Amino acid sequence: MADVFIVGIGIHPFGRTEGRSGLHQGAFAIRQALDDAGLAWRDMQFGFGGSDSAGNADTVVNEMGLTGLPIINVRNGCATGGSSLIGAWQAIASGQYDVGVAFGFDKHPRGAFNAMPAEYSLPDWYGEAGMMVTTQFFAMKLQRYMAQHGISHAALGRVAQKAFDNGVHAPHAWRRSPVDLDTILSSQMISDPLTKYMFCSPAEGGVALILASEKKARAMGRAAIRIRAAVTRTRPPGSFEVFSPSLSVERGGAPTLLASAAAFEMAGIGPEDIAVAQLQDTESGAEIMHMAENGFCRDGEQEQWLAEGWSRIDGRLPINTDGGCLACGEPIGASGLRQVYENVVQLRGAGGGRQVPGDPRVGYTHVYGAPGISGVTILER
Amino acid sequence: MGQTVDIAEGLFVDAPHPALIGGRHRETGGIVFPCPAGSADHEPVVLPRRGTLWSWTVQRFRPKTPPYAGPEEFTPFALGYVELPGAVIVEAPFTDVAFDELRIGMAMETVLVPLNGKVRTFAFAPVREG
Repeated sequence: MADVFIVGIGIHPFGRTEGRSGLHQGAFAIRQALDDAGLAWRDMQFGFGGSDSAGNADTVVNEMGLTGLPIINVRNGCATGGSSLIGAWQAIASGQYDVGVAFGFDKHPRGAFNAMPAEYSLPDWYGEAGMMVTTQFFAMKLQRYMAQHGISHAALGRVAQKAFDNGVHAPHAWRRSPVDLDTILSSQMISDPLTKYMFCSPAEGGVALILASEKKARAMGRAAIRIRAAVTRTRPPGSFEVFSPSLSVERGGAPTLLASAAAFEMAGIGPEDIAVAQLQDTESGAEIMHMAENGFCRDGEQEQWLAEGWSRIDGRLPINTDGGCLACGEPIGASGLRQVYENVVQLRGAGGGRQVPGDPRVGYTHVYGAPGISGVTILER
Repeated sequence: MGQTVDIAEGLFVDAPHPALIGGRHRETGGIVFPCPAGSADHEPVVLPRRGTLWSWTVQRFRPKTPPYAGPEEFTPFALGYVELPGAVIVEAPFTDVAFDELRIGMAMETVLVPLNGKVRTFAFAPVREG
């Protein structure tokens, strides 16, 4: 496929913004991305956008201008941003367009996500009995992983501690104060073994990326950050996913294993080539498990990684350099694109206090969500 | 005890030693729980009533209603998956167990418990011999 470049990035701060709709936060991000690229809305030949619970992306034309451009609405759970990016990438790689925008935004009510069984093709009794709760799944996947691979409670705390340390330096992060390890470990237990500070919260925010063909990017003097891979995958047989009344005794793979392998194959590189990674950290155990599922270490090695600080900004593979979902919160439609935004910042060397040293050239992102979907991107400068 | 109804039909066998009813795929033999309603591909099968704890957590806050139908006055409860040998791994609330007693691999069995004053559901409890 033809090369496609990310030539502009914009973000609306994550967290809570009273009085501003999710769509307006998306429009804010688009304006910032256009400014960054030196382009105007009328230059956009198309858009792919989405939100999970903040309305139709194509209505952003009310804010941005009635230029008649085509916008495709994407609603793909936690992979909404990744799917928008894939759509925009393919639209340019195919040769159909030269420049367009991928964007995502969201605005969720406070508290845990409240899902209804029927939305997931499940019987009502599953929710009535108290099992329609996403936090339970993350806790149970982690509980078994910790027992099988010798991960300690302290390691869970270190992931959260790192996230809040990194968030201090990310202007778009929601939580921007350090939290010490003891406070994290001894805070209120939410779903054993995970405490309050180890879970991300549903939040608000918006992200936009301007994509361009090589010809257009060169004409703009912006042919720097290239998309090497962008893939999503759903679950294979035998995977363990949220909202599962039963699991097969024949244990199998996971959507992240599929997405990661496909992305590395597409890019023609391996985990050892990655200089900075943003991995889905719905809770701190998810980051630990996703380190292995994405091929960056073997199961159980995370204990040493965290004890030695290897995933910190100055470590061998910095992970979640803007504090990830733990520090930024999770607006579903924007979360995956925030990871890509952060990697562009890092590859440009514009990370300020959170900049990964050593002139990083290759960045990796990974999102994961219900009902068993995973998205991976690889960018190269 | 007042009149209670089961949380759904076809989930379990009501007997002195209750058991869950799964669905066996007619071609592959793979077993799922619950037995998919109206699926021609699955036939109901009574599952082993005992198994081993596969993973667990504790629900520390009251789930939102709807869909949760448990009592208004919430008491944290343990839940998890139990591997019913040779059949399927099933998720259910746990009963009659202290949180610090829970261990992956411990023996568990199927029981029927009240969810609230009106509804009866299934759960797993530790096997206590003797």
